[in-house]
Amino acid sequence: MSADAKPAPVEAKFWTPGVMVLSAFMMVGFFFVVARYIGGLGAVTNLDNSYPWGLWIGVDVATGVALAAGGFTTAALAHLFGRHNYEAITRPALLTAMLGYTIVALGLAIDVGRTWAMWHPIIYWQTNSVLFEVAVCVMIYLQVLYIEFIPIVVERFRGKVDLPGRLWVFEKPIEWLLKLVDRVLGKVMWIFIILGVVLSCMHQSSLGSLMLIAPTKLHPLWYTPILPLLFLVSAIGVGYPMVVFETTIATSSLKLENEMELLTPLTRITIFVLGIYMCLKVGDIIARGAYVYLFDGTTQSNAFLVEMIGGVIIPWIMLLIKRVRSSRPVLFVACALIIFGVIINRVNVFVVGYQPPFAQSSYFPAIGEMAVTAALIAGVMFLYRLFITIFPVLSARRQEVSS
Amino acid sequence: MKISRRRFIGLTGTMVGGALLGKPAKSGAEYKPKTPPDPFGCLVDLTVCVGCRKCEQACNQVNHLPSPRVSFEDPRVFEQRRRPDVGAFTVINRYYGGKRDERNQLHPTFVKVQCMHCQDPGCVSACIVGAMTKKDNGATHYNASKCIGCRYCMVACPFQIPAYEYHDPLFPRVRKCTFCYERISKEGGKPGCAAICPVESITFGKRRQILELARHKIKNDPGRYVDKIYGEHEVGGTSWLYISGDSFEKLGFLDLPTRPIPYLSETIQHGLFNYLWAPLTLFGILGAVVAVINRQQNRSSSESVQEGHQPDQDTQDTAGLQEKPDSSKREEKL
Ligand code: SF4
Ligand code: SF4
Repeated sequence: MSADAKPAPVEAKFWTPGVMVLSAFMMVGFFFVVARYIGGLGAVTNLDNSYPWGLWIGVDVATGVALAAGGFTTAALAHLFGRHNYEAITRPALLTAMLGYTIVALGLAIDVGRTWAMWHPIIYWQTNSVLFEVAVCVMIYLQVLYIEFIPIVVERFRGKVDLPGRLWVFEKPIEWLLKLVDRVLGKVMWIFIILGVVLSCMHQSSLGSLMLIAPTKLHPLWYTPILPLLFLVSAIGVGYPMVVFETTIATSSLKLENEMELLTPLTRITIFVLGIYMCLKVGDIIARGAYVYLFDGTTQSNAFLVEMIGGVIIPWIMLLIKRVRSSRPVLFVACALIIFGVIINRVNVFVVGYQPPFAQSSYFPAIGEMAVTAALIAGVMFLYRLFITIFPVLSARRQEVSS
Repeated sequence: MKISRRRFIGLTGTMVGGALLGKPAKSGAEYKPKTPPDPFGCLVDLTVCVGCRKCEQACNQVNHLPSPRVSFEDPRVFEQRRRPDVGAFTVINRYYGGKRDERNQLHPTFVKVQCMHCQDPGCVSACIVGAMTKKDNGATHYNASKCIGCRYCMVACPFQIPAYEYHDPLFPRVRKCTFCYERISKEGGKPGCAAICPVESITFGKRRQILELARHKIKNDPGRYVDKIYGEHEVGGTSWLYISGDSFEKLGFLDLPTRPIPYLSETIQHGLFNYLWAPLTLFGILGAVVAVINRQQNRSSSESVQEGHQPDQDTQDTAGLQEKPDSSKREEKL
């Protein structure tokens, strides 16, 4: 990618087979959502009094939030720390974050028993509750993300407002409005970007504090006072791999030029952050003496080993190797492993490691839960594809046929 | 690149450090348990209970619960260990703790299970909207009109008590023992179960007094009781207390820490967010960083040849260009 390429809407056919597959997933999920609002949570989930939280909280919410961390980490890098050469990746990362958080909110709405009462935290404050803090931060951060996206919308329409028929009279006022919005936002955007970073640090860490309320239920491999720190560091760590992951998918499926010159240096930061995370994790297990549970062969200890070895240690070692960092497919694998590690970690903390004392049987998600989760993920991808077609998000140019 | 990378790493360090500074510094801060000053309580003497399930029946009536699948007279329910559920806020389970009667038969112990009405409850600390509250009279009270149905209270309860109406699509409630909040708020009122118990296995009174009573009973008859009052110290103390002739582990009682459940999460939460000091500090640091970096970059870009990194200006220029053809287009329409 040439450094001076400006973001532009992608010119490619929208209804590709891939997009149709996504739509199919969304339709199936929608069916189960309807069932949930007819028969209650019990009709489509395996949740019970022992396991009040399952796949939807572990994946749709906790993992969704973690994987959307690319938004604030790239914004911090490019806009706050002045690394303007990364500008090109901030927009796709911002888009992912915005769509990701929107879908997180949607997933939460489906999971919460009284969806219509979801706004209650706005008026009923309970500041002892970690969940309250998370909810408020996420709510505000979602607005911040929308605001950060406005300039992209403005850029798309400024100077191009073209209303049909007699509506042309509104063209001038709209133009004027867009210009004003652009001017004002341009001046104050730094406030929102910093706010976004602060809010992200707050709720990414608090998401870890959530399970501290269950000292007797969460397995000692994960229950640690530094759980919030671990969540924050792993969210920061997964931010750039997520950018690499989605950029690679987007550029290869849309046949755009790859952006290795940007992605390779980005992953060097990841080596550092992931390294810290690894040290914290290992140090924590040793300091608390929880390593005694490591090899007892239970689901929990195996899940922990998979999480740490497959999702942290192996990709970290891979990233250390220069050849890996500069090879597109291998780098993609390393980043996918890191993402996998974070997904497993969140699922472990919220589902696998949760051990209710009187459970009759252990929890495994129902078909309905999986279908809805799949639909929400498909939804993010669908919207991403739609948005990059409409708005100037990606900077990469189409590959020359000859190259 | 080298310098800037080091700078970035330094900044990340500050960022993380700033966000977590409070943790070690404030973790020793006094934790204030929200224990009510003089709450009511119930003492259950497990050596007295005969497993008649009259308390279950009274609870069912007082709370207008659906009639049970197995009748209250049917002893076959004891074949399974039950848990409180949306249709039954209290259940009696049968255990064989090892005691034998005169005819050398294993002697059953019946254990009543319900919300323990913790002195400093996990569910209350967890509830996102304050639908769970601790009342002065000792009841842990649920207010369905505030509840959003997040079920975090269920995650937080160490006794695994709250049950959920999973089959209600729109208005599901969390269901659990209410400590008969309305009844005990009246002068001389008792919970339904305590009022009906024919053998007086359940004694209702001020927690202070029934604790005294429990100590007295154990002291007077050390052969009858194990020397422990369950609920005196568990998770910071509970309003429901138990004394028993068998060791509590054999009767399905959990071995719980004495620290209140909310201790760690609230200490961290308040350590970081009291007066929003940590977020505000982080905001300040980042603001300063932006200012410094911007100044440096402006200086270096004015000194050296511009490298084309002024995106703002770029967009403005092109936007300005685009306006002209557009206004001409409008004229055409006119
Ligand atoms: S037993 Fe559970 S539901 Fe009852 S007060 Fe304690 S934490 Fe809350
Ligand atoms: S389910 Fe209701 S009572 Fe329980 S924590 Fe959530 S809002 Fe509070």
